[in-house]
Amino acid sequence: MTRTTFPPSIKSRPVYAALQPALGSHHLMIADGEGAGAVLDLLGAVPDRAALLATAHIIYAPGPNGTDQAADLRALGAAQFYRAPTIAAMLPRIARVLLDAHMGAQFYLAGTEGLIGLAEREIMNTGFPHSAIQKEHRGSTVRRVQCVHCKGITENVRTDPFMCSHCGLNLFVRDHYSRRIAAFQGVNIDAEDPGQVPPAVERFT
Amino acid sequence: MSGGAKLHVRVAQVVPVNDLIKRFRFVACDGSPLPAFSGGAHTVVEMDDHGLRRLNPYSLMSDPEDTSGYEISVRRDDAGRGGSLYLHSHVVPGMEMVLSHPMNLFQLDGRARKHLMIAGGIGITPFLAQIKQLAHFGGRFELHYAARNRALGAFMDDLKSAHGDRVHLYFDDEGQAIDLKSLLNRQPIGTHLYVCGPKGMLNWVRNTAAAQGWPEASVHFEEFLAPGTGQKFEAQLAISGMTVTVGTHQSLLEAIEAAGVDAPYLCRGGACGQCETNVLHCDGTILHRDHWLTPEDHAAGIKIMPCVSRFEGKTLILER
Repeated sequence: MTRTTFPPSIKSRPVYAALQPALGSHHLMIADGEGAGAVLDLLGAVPDRAALLATAHIIYAPGPNGTDQAADLRALGAAQFYRAPTIAAMLPRIARVLLDAHMGAQFYLAGTEGLIGLAEREIMNTGFPHSAIQKEHRGSTVRRVQCVHCKGITENVRTDPFMCSHCGLNLFVRDHYSRRIAAFQGVNIDAEDPGQVPPAVERFT
Repeated sequence: MSGGAKLHVRVAQVVPVNDLIKRFRFVACDGSPLPAFSGGAHTVVEMDDHGLRRLNPYSLMSDPEDTSGYEISVRRDDAGRGGSLYLHSHVVPGMEMVLSHPMNLFQLDGRARKHLMIAGGIGITPFLAQIKQLAHFGGRFELHYAARNRALGAFMDDLKSAHGDRVHLYFDDEGQAIDLKSLLNRQPIGTHLYVCGPKGMLNWVRNTAAAQGWPEASVHFEEFLAPGTGQKFEAQLAISGMTVTVGTHQSLLEAIEAAGVDAPYLCRGGACGQCETNVLHCDGTILHRDHWLTPEDHAAGIKIMPCVSRFEGKTLILER
């Protein structure tokens, strides 16, 4: 699958670009699902592929739609490769890798917005500027959404509106995004007329 | 009135620090507390040098939480335009002076896991305030401070005794130099780098960091430029409908102010962007010297920072 283009929206909505090789001592590549393709493209375009692979650590999880290209990434022969069963399972490993990381390391994130947001938050929490983390969206557009009322997070939201998996309110999915929470914001759609909920549309696939 | 609200202060102390540097302490004329600031902030000191109005920015070096007074340290520049010479030879305790409110173009990034500071010579001053601020909040820092020789290493003894092995000193005369590559290589992820010192040091540190993959957003620097001297030139002010002549030792901004035009400014050192002025017509060459405009802006020649930049040629018309 190729790169995703999102329609123009409010300033808060994250935007993405193609991964580019950058100067650095260590290269941490984190991907899920079709994000594997972005890592493969990055390594396909780099002049000194062997040198980059020798200092690369690839962490990968299958996508929310089941896409699993772990074998393709493992075959690259990076210095380290790790396949996690889920995004949640890879986060402690990312945190552990960051404990020992030094300035000069480069970060490449590719795949769904849930993966990009959660990995970005781990990196950002070290004090590393988010603007210097490369992010490329590939694959599923399902969203990680925070209910602004109960603060509960619902993963892999497909429809708008949807029902909060924590408090049960019907939520309208905004493009308003929080890097700190790594989630889009969901706002109650029938607060004034309880029960008047427009039919759910599958906006995120 | 451009430059913001002013602080009326009295000189409380003038202390020679070494052969080239004097420390000045200011307190409010009416005895009230001065505004607190943040480490890295500067103030613009107004001087009436025998009828010539000088406004020079100096980093505040005192404790940002100490509202009883402000301290700056000034290195005497015998070849400069005269601001530092005026402070060194004419400013004595008891004198009343005017300062701008503190403003900060060189603040610590509170998100950093660690603050790595590199100072050259008098470039130590903003770090003195930043280190005091970090000491209050328990922030992690490491200072690498180079001076020409031991006699000119201002405040080195205080720093060393207060902060021990967080402070690393280097002396040019003893052949010591910061091992920058290895220093940058061993910094934990999330470190922010701060550099203040002479231009050569700034370029060296910024270029080395970029070559080693440090993001621009985690490299912070400050350099106040003196306006510098140059050939006398004329500039037309389209809105005010007048022509000003800029003298050899005067800046364009100073000439505009001398003509009675209230032009915006803050740092007067080419860093803050406040005095940015549109160029309506230029038949000649603008000598850009600021850190504010992009290289593209410089090449386009449609904007000028009158605090530090000059002009050579036939006609310069400004939207002012």
